[in-house]
Amino acid sequence: MADKDVALMAHLMRRAGFGAPFEELEARAAKGYETTVEELLHPEDRPDGLEMDVLERYFTEWKGFSRGVPAYQAWRMINSKRPLEEKMLLFWQGIMPTSNSKLQNLGTQHAAVEMFRRCGLGSFRDLLIEISKDPAMVFFLDNCLSHKSAINENYGRELLELFSLGVGMDGKFNYTEGDVKECSRAFTGWTIANSIPGQPYGRYEAKFVYSSGDHDEGEKTFLGETGNFNGEDIIDIIAKQPATARFISRHLYNFFASDDVQIPSWMDTPPESPETIKLLEDEYFRSGYNIRSMLRVLFNSEGFKNARFAKVKSPAETVAGVMRLVGDWTDPRPGFGFVFDEMKYMGQELLNPPSVEGWHTGQEWIDGGTLVERINFSADQVGNINHPGIRNIIERLASEGPAISSEDLVDGCLRMLGHYEIPDDTRRMLVADAQDGGELRTDAEEFAPRVGQLLQMIVATKEYLYA
Amino acid sequence: MTSNKKDPVLVVLQLSGAYDALNTIVPYTDPHYLDYRPMLKVDPETVLPINDKIGFHPTMAPIKELYDQGKVAIIQGIGYPNPIRSHFRSMDIWQTAEPEKIATEGWLGKTVRDLDPNKENVLTAVNFGRGLPRTLAAPGVSVASVGNLESYGVLTGLQGEEQRSKALDIFARMYAPMIGSGQVNEYFSQTGLDALKGADILATAPESYSSSVEYGPDVFAQWLRNIAQVHLAGLGTRVLYTGLNPGTFDTHANQATVFPQLWTEVSNAVSDFYQDLKDHQASEEVVVFMFTEFGRRMQENGAGTDHGSGGMAFVFGDAVKGGLYGEYPSLEPEKLDEGDLQWNNDFRGTYATLLEKWMGMDSKPILGGSFEQHDFI
Repeated sequence: MADKDVALMAHLMRRAGFGAPFEELEARAAKGYETTVEELLHPEDRPDGLEMDVLERYFTEWKGFSRGVPAYQAWRMINSKRPLEEKMLLFWQGIMPTSNSKLQNLGTQHAAVEMFRRCGLGSFRDLLIEISKDPAMVFFLDNCLSHKSAINENYGRELLELFSLGVGMDGKFNYTEGDVKECSRAFTGWTIANSIPGQPYGRYEAKFVYSSGDHDEGEKTFLGETGNFNGEDIIDIIAKQPATARFISRHLYNFFASDDVQIPSWMDTPPESPETIKLLEDEYFRSGYNIRSMLRVLFNSEGFKNARFAKVKSPAETVAGVMRLVGDWTDPRPGFGFVFDEMKYMGQELLNPPSVEGWHTGQEWIDGGTLVERINFSADQVGNINHPGIRNIIERLASEGPAISSEDLVDGCLRMLGHYEIPDDTRRMLVADAQDGGELRTDAEEFAPRVGQLLQMIVATKEYLYA
Repeated sequence: MTSNKKDPVLVVLQLSGAYDALNTIVPYTDPHYLDYRPMLKVDPETVLPINDKIGFHPTMAPIKELYDQGKVAIIQGIGYPNPIRSHFRSMDIWQTAEPEKIATEGWLGKTVRDLDPNKENVLTAVNFGRGLPRTLAAPGVSVASVGNLESYGVLTGLQGEEQRSKALDIFARMYAPMIGSGQVNEYFSQTGLDALKGADILATAPESYSSSVEYGPDVFAQWLRNIAQVHLAGLGTRVLYTGLNPGTFDTHANQATVFPQLWTEVSNAVSDFYQDLKDHQASEEVVVFMFTEFGRRMQENGAGTDHGSGGMAFVFGDAVKGGLYGEYPSLEPEKLDEGDLQWNNDFRGTYATLLEKWMGMDSKPILGGSFEQHDFI
């Protein structure tokens, strides 16, 4: 099988999942790219591979999910056999986030996690309805404080600005302040039962309720249409706007294909790949707002296939990716919390983004503190030659003969890590360093640690920061 | 401002979990106090009196000693508008100096940006702890975040001294900026080299340090020792940050045991830190600000106390005019805010004082407005 097929598969799996060890990449490449895309797009066709009855015995807080929700999510990123499902969850959590720092109620946030898994590949219109009824969101953006007598605009505004239309497109505004008010009026009465903060009454899961008595029944004019709109009507109007098609296409491209500028700049900065965005916008309308169909178009587009290493990995992608690579944490044992903590130290605390804008992505993941965390974590993991995934890499390299040239060793390690590419200068340095250790006998005792050291240097490169 | 020529240094200690203001600076003669705290009241006989109304918790003797020397300002009734009794949101507010809306830039991050706009020193700010607190986060600001000063560095997990030093040499060359490699790549190069350089410089701090002060074994005391080491190494660091883990002072239960133990550790650590600086003739160069997210409920709940509002903060140092600032909130039942002490001075007034009168900076762009300053400096 051609190297370039495996390299492309490595790219697909990093983006549509959390990466994969080389044996899996080779097996998938043998099955074919489009076949793999279809498999990923249909998580419902296969079990997720998690044995919850066993897991709950170790992680007792995963029973009922009043606690442990972020750790459970991290576990699924590493172990689910339906990686795109988990990737979509992370995608939507970045766009329509709620934050534990305001809610302090992980049980209620877990409902949104389940909802994104259930609806994340379906109709975008349906997803907007679901998120508008999500009790964590109703509380997070204060829609429960919005009444027909006095509206609170927080949810109405963010629904338009951050969840669907975006502030503007092609230099023009997508909606007016009047639209925000009318939108907010339409969502009055969309509230929750059970107050969310834990203090002073303890933590109960909140539930969405529609309070018809508190709904503003009056006539509203929204984006040029007039009627006695309720929330669903507003979302129907939002879903059919070209700005929504652009906004969601751009988000998919930014998350799966290539780092775009930060969202507040989208009004004035045109997309980096207008052709790919056009394909996605067309598919949005053709498919009836279907996310799965849009992703099929994206993953099969040249724009996507040519975007290898055009994205900086998020902390969640980094940690889950390294864990999948080294094959650790496939079975429960005490101490898993550290994996979730590592994501936090690198700047991404699951279920607790810094604001309703989610996380800033791309280059903004990296600062002095997070870079050191990222490099040290990755190097510590790949340098552990007892991890099954690392053992497999060593055995594969050793299987090529009793001796290996330092060039072949460096190239082999790059391949096994997912067909990474590094500049010639860096490659020469690593080759020279490998040579310094003397002849590389694959049957020698020090072969394994030397492979480990080389892998450590590769994951410390700038290039490894990218997916 | 002080007369010494060295640049002023600010140390910020975040005592997470919300220490109980009422049992920290105790209104030991107020009959309401004794009523509200039948179990948890501090025995008035043991209180270390400041005056005939209030006094320190007995475990805070080391701080009381500094107070008696006029080096401690107590900011009474400090708080922020519309108190929120959530640890996380409340800490966000303290860290971003923005109580009205959710902000992402930290007030100290902005401070660092103003102190070193051209990023001339990779160690202008150093945080001790894992991960960077939001208070130090701001776009374009690089802050060293140190879990353990003795082992801090890049690729610390590499086996063998020689192997690691070779690896770091390669790392430096791999991260050398390449002209024309793009803005993002150049930024990563710079960040990588800054981290390496920061780690190299920081590694010299423990080597050059010697002291007769023996800090306690707890993590907080060790971090204060690290702060002393970094400051005394003269690396040009202007802002140093550390704190207790989230929830440490969150005494909903078992307050009678936990609370005195924590204040013992904190008081000893702070006093050791001051003594260490003094022994090195550096106590005039540093001001310490110590805070928590809010106070606790007046009425005890059995063995502990729940979340409240108005709190107490502390400022230490030779440059500080010791004494009481703000007002001790009234304990009269009708003056309480939903059963909590009312706050009476905005925390940003204390930040403004530290920035303007100590750091000699313009506080308005950092805090987003002007706030009434105290006279503690």
